[in-house]
Amino acid sequence: MAFVNWLKRHLVVIAGLLTLGYLLLPNIVVTVFSFNKPKGRFNYQWQEFSTDAWKDPCGVADMCGSLGLSLQIALWATLGATALGTMIAFALVRYRFRARGTINSLIFLPMAMPEVVMAASLLTLFLNMGAQLGFWTILIAHIMFCLSFVVVAVKARVMSMDPRLEQAAQDLYAGPFQTFVRVTLPIAAPGIAAGALLAFALSFDDFIITNFNAGSTVTFPMFVWGAAQRGTPVQINVIGTAMSIIAVLFVVAGMVISNRRARQKA
Amino acid sequence: MKTTNDNGGDVRLTQISKSYGGFTAVHPLDLTVPQGSFFALLGASGCGKTTTLRMIAGLEEPSHGTVHLGDQDVTHLPPYKRPVNTVFQSYALFPHLDIFENVAFGLRRRGIKSVRKQVEEMLDLVQLGEQARKKPHQLSGGQQQRVAVARALINHPKVLLLDEPLGALDLKLRRQMQLELKRIQTEVGITFIHVTHDQEEAMTMADTVAVMNAGRVEQLGSPADLYENPKTTFVANFLGTSNLIEAEVDTSSGDEIVLKAGGGKLSLPRARCSAPATTGGKMLVGVRPEKISLTHADDAGEIPESRNRITGRITDSSFIGVSTQYVIDSPACPEFEVYAQNIDRDARLAPGAEVVLHWNPAHTFGLDAAQDIDAGVETVAEEAA
Repeated sequence: MAFVNWLKRHLVVIAGLLTLGYLLLPNIVVTVFSFNKPKGRFNYQWQEFSTDAWKDPCGVADMCGSLGLSLQIALWATLGATALGTMIAFALVRYRFRARGTINSLIFLPMAMPEVVMAASLLTLFLNMGAQLGFWTILIAHIMFCLSFVVVAVKARVMSMDPRLEQAAQDLYAGPFQTFVRVTLPIAAPGIAAGALLAFALSFDDFIITNFNAGSTVTFPMFVWGAAQRGTPVQINVIGTAMSIIAVLFVVAGMVISNRRARQKA
Repeated sequence: MKTTNDNGGDVRLTQISKSYGGFTAVHPLDLTVPQGSFFALLGASGCGKTTTLRMIAGLEEPSHGTVHLGDQDVTHLPPYKRPVNTVFQSYALFPHLDIFENVAFGLRRRGIKSVRKQVEEMLDLVQLGEQARKKPHQLSGGQQQRVAVARALINHPKVLLLDEPLGALDLKLRRQMQLELKRIQTEVGITFIHVTHDQEEAMTMADTVAVMNAGRVEQLGSPADLYENPKTTFVANFLGTSNLIEAEVDTSSGDEIVLKAGGGKLSLPRARCSAPATTGGKMLVGVRPEKISLTHADDAGEIPESRNRITGRITDSSFIGVSTQYVIDSPACPEFEVYAQNIDRDARLAPGAEVVLHWNPAHTFGLDAAQDIDAGVETVAEEAA
C-alpha cells in the first residue's frame, strides 16, 4: 500500500525520467561507441576502450570536408531563410494585401508535405532549368524548406507585439528606419533567434532533400549514409558526440544567462 | 524648437473628418484648443474621441480638413516630425529598455547627446528617480503611467495628448494621478488634450470639456457650464444624472416660460431653455437630482409658493453616507431621482411615503423634445459594466 502511494505521488517524475531515458539512450550509445576500438569496418560491437578516434577526428578520408560543407550550407541557409522569413512574417502580420490568406496557408505546405515529394519535385525543377546540381542547388533547397519554420516562429512573436510600441517610437521622433532598428527588431529578436536556430538544425541534418539535389556533392549526413553501407568509422560517433555536447552547452549557457538576468531583476 | 508667439501653441482643427470605408468615425469638426489649456474630449467608446486625438498626433490621416499647430499646417506631417507627444492608453513603454532609456528615447532620436541631467530631472518630477535602471514590467501600473508622462513631457512638446491614460488604474490611484497630472500641467504650462470616457475625470481635470457623441461634438464648455446648462439630452444624461420630464408649453412671456407636466405647472427661465418655446409645443424639462428638496405630503403647506413642485411616492431609497438617494414615482416621470444631503433626516421619508418634490425654478433647464429622452443613459451603463 505504501508503495502504491509513493508511486502515485511520484508518477509525473517517473514518467518524465522514463521519457528522458528513451530520448537520450541513442545518444548515450553513440557516445559510448565513440570510445570503441572495433575489429573490422563496422562499429556495432563493443571491443575495447580507446581514445584513438578522438585524437584523430578527421582521420577518415573526406569526412571533415563534408562536415565543413554541411556547416557552410547550414550557415548560409540560416542567414537566407531568417532574413526572408522575418520579412515575410512581418508582411503577413502587419499588412493587409490581396494574396495574404493564400500565402499564409502556402507557407505551411513545405512543413506538411512529405520530404521525398518535395525533394523529387525540386530535382525536376532544377533539371528542367538545366541547373548544375551541387552547392547552390542544395542551398536553394535548404532555404526553401527552412523558410516556413522561420516564418512560423517569427510570426508568433510579431503577433504578440503591441503595434502601439512602434507608434510610440514614431511619436517620439523616430523615423521609420530608427523605429525598426531601435524598437521593432530588438523586441522581435527572440522569435528571430528561435527561427534561426531551428533553421540551422534542420539544414545541418537534412538528408532526403539534399540527397536528391546534391549531384556529386557530399554533405555530412550523406557521408554518414554512404559510410554506413561500407563500414562505419568511429569518427562518425566522435562528430555526433561533439555535436550533442555543443548543443547541450548552448542550452546550459542560455539558462545560466537568463537565470542571472532574473536574479539581477529581483 | 521655434519660439512661440501669442497663438503659437493653439491647436486648430478645421472641418476635420475621418471615415473608414463606409463608416464615418469623425464628422466634419471645428475645434480650437487655446495654448496652455487643459482640454478634455469626453465620450463613450466609439464616439470618435481617440480618432480625433490620433489625427492631432499624426498617427491617423484625416479624410478631410486640416490640423494646425499655431501657424503651422501639420496635416500631412508624419508623427515623428510633429512637436506633439502622446501618452498612450496602456502606456506603450518599450519593454526592452530600462526606465532611463525609455525617458531618454525622444531626446536621443533628436540627436541630443548629453541627456543624463534632463532625464534625471524629469524622473524626479514624476518621483521615479530611484527606479531609473529598472525595466517597465518591474514597475506598478501607477509608476508605469508616470514614466509614460515623463517620456512624453521631456521633449517639451507644444501639445501633450493623453489617450485614456488612467483607464488601467484602480479608483484610488486614478484620483491621485488626476491631481498629479493637473499639478504637472500647471507646472509646465503645456497644452494638454485628454481623451476619456470618465465624466468625473474630465470635470476634475479639464478647463474645457468637449462632449462627443457618434463622431460629433455635442457641446463644449467649462465643466460647470456643461453640468448646469446641458444643451442636449445626451449631455444631460452622460454628464451626471438628469431628471427629464416631458412637458407642454402653457404660456411663454418675458423671461419666464410656464409648462404643464403631470397635472402641475413648472416654471423655467427663458435663458436656460435651448429649445423654441411655442405655446402648446412639447418640451423636455430637466432638473438635477441634488437640486431637489423632498417634503412629506403632510407638510406640503410649508413649501414656498415660488418653487416648482411635483407630487409622487417614494419607491426606493438607498443610504450612501453623505447623501440618501431616492427614486420617486410621479405622474410626470416614473423614475424621478432625488439626492438629499443627510443633514436633517425625516424618518417619514421611507419607501411608500407620499411626498412633494420642489426646487428653485432657476435650476430648471429646457431641452428640445424632438430628441431621444434616454440618449447617453445606456452609454454610461455600458462603460460602467
